[in-house]
Amino acid sequence: MNRWDLFIETFFRPDLIEKYWPDIAGGVVVTVQVAVLVVLTGIALGLLLAMIRSYSLRGVNLVLVVFVDVMRSLPPLVLILLFYFGLPSVGILLPSFAVLWLVLSLVLAAFAEEIFWAGILSIRKGQWEAARSTGLSFSQTLTFVIVPQAVRMTVAPLTNRTIAITKNTALGTVIGVSEILNQATTAQSFSGSATPLMMGGIAYIVLFIPIVIAGRWIETRFAWRRA
Amino acid sequence: MNQTTDILVARGLRKSFGELEVLKGIDFSLRQGELVFVIGPSGSGKSTMLRCFNRLEEPTEGSVTIDGVNLMAPGVDINSMRRQIGMVFQQFNLYPHLSVSRNITLALRKVLKRSASQAEETAREMLEMVGLEEKADAYPGELSGGQQQRVAIARAVALEPKVMLFDEPTSALDPELVGSVLQVMRKLRDSGMTMVVVSHEMRFAREAAGRIVFMSDGEIIEEGTPDQIFENPSHRRTREFVAEISR
Repeated sequence: MNRWDLFIETFFRPDLIEKYWPDIAGGVVVTVQVAVLVVLTGIALGLLLAMIRSYSLRGVNLVLVVFVDVMRSLPPLVLILLFYFGLPSVGILLPSFAVLWLVLSLVLAAFAEEIFWAGILSIRKGQWEAARSTGLSFSQTLTFVIVPQAVRMTVAPLTNRTIAITKNTALGTVIGVSEILNQATTAQSFSGSATPLMMGGIAYIVLFIPIVIAGRWIETRFAWRRA
Repeated sequence: MNQTTDILVARGLRKSFGELEVLKGIDFSLRQGELVFVIGPSGSGKSTMLRCFNRLEEPTEGSVTIDGVNLMAPGVDINSMRRQIGMVFQQFNLYPHLSVSRNITLALRKVLKRSASQAEETAREMLEMVGLEEKADAYPGELSGGQQQRVAIARAVALEPKVMLFDEPTSALDPELVGSVLQVMRKLRDSGMTMVVVSHEMRFAREAAGRIVFMSDGEIIEEGTPDQIFENPSHRRTREFVAEISR
């Protein structure tokens, strides 16, 4: 067997591809479910936190900053293990899917909060003054004038961070979430071949390339001519 | 002075930024339909005074009364008061993410609770007044500085304010665009709008202002008709300033 055949034999065995693709496809479905949920709840929570931070309530902001910094500094895997193996001891039993969703949402929320907050701070003071001078309240100004502009400015860093964090759905494999990597490693240990892992890798690419492209599209779509 | 026709009255207005006292006790009043020009060297507190009139700047001391309501009174609904005090800024400050029309309708809808169609109708009328009805769907970034400032004026006037405050409305404009903005301001004055204008447009001041207020070092030094201030100032600092600007 020459090297090329060996390569194909290791990573692209047709019979294994045929046998395991339904499992990998099932994994894709689960990964997509977790990813979509994480993006929705993580970004929504991050935006909410950034808006709350705008009110400059000292006690609230202290708690908020501590939460954000802790979530940003801990490796997500540590949090996943802590939540999955720790919470049952205090009487909270969450299914592994829920733990993965919760942890990644919190981590994304923490990073998104920082990005949105930077965006809010970057809006010129004149925007606040113009809006307040027409009688809009602080909350109305934040909601209708400041946040829409801040969100547009943060699309690029937010897309990058969102992709980075949704890729962490693969960490679900250590607590038995049947996402792509879990399906692939299971198939790999049954078959003794790296082919299922390669299939998993390809599944990730197929999944994330469109998101990267979508991010780029959103970036141009949301840009507006500057005054 | 007849108190009932004074739409804006400031009494003993002081403002300090840390150690620096920018306003040193301002007494100012404005009659209905009057156009007052505030002039003075930079750093004299003109803009700060203007910004105290709608509490964008919080005065350290003193009172501001709009149509009989003290803005400094505890429990005053500042948002409802600000709605009645239009403000135009040097940097226009249009909302870049909203179309020209939506720039005008935002406060109409959220503050005055007008319906979408009513607000749009008002926006159309306002844009017609400033000569930009064809720009309703444009975005601020697509407009010249002069056009943006006219939209900003339309945005403020749409709320039917009792007073309009202009903070150096033409200072950020290229010279050839100043005229169109002044023309809109002239139109407003002719329609009976009460206005306070901080500006260096002295020619416009002579022609349009009913009264000129000269400020220096956080105080009102002298006030009078354009003729008095420009031709026959009684105070030394006024004379020096007028000589300086008319060179």
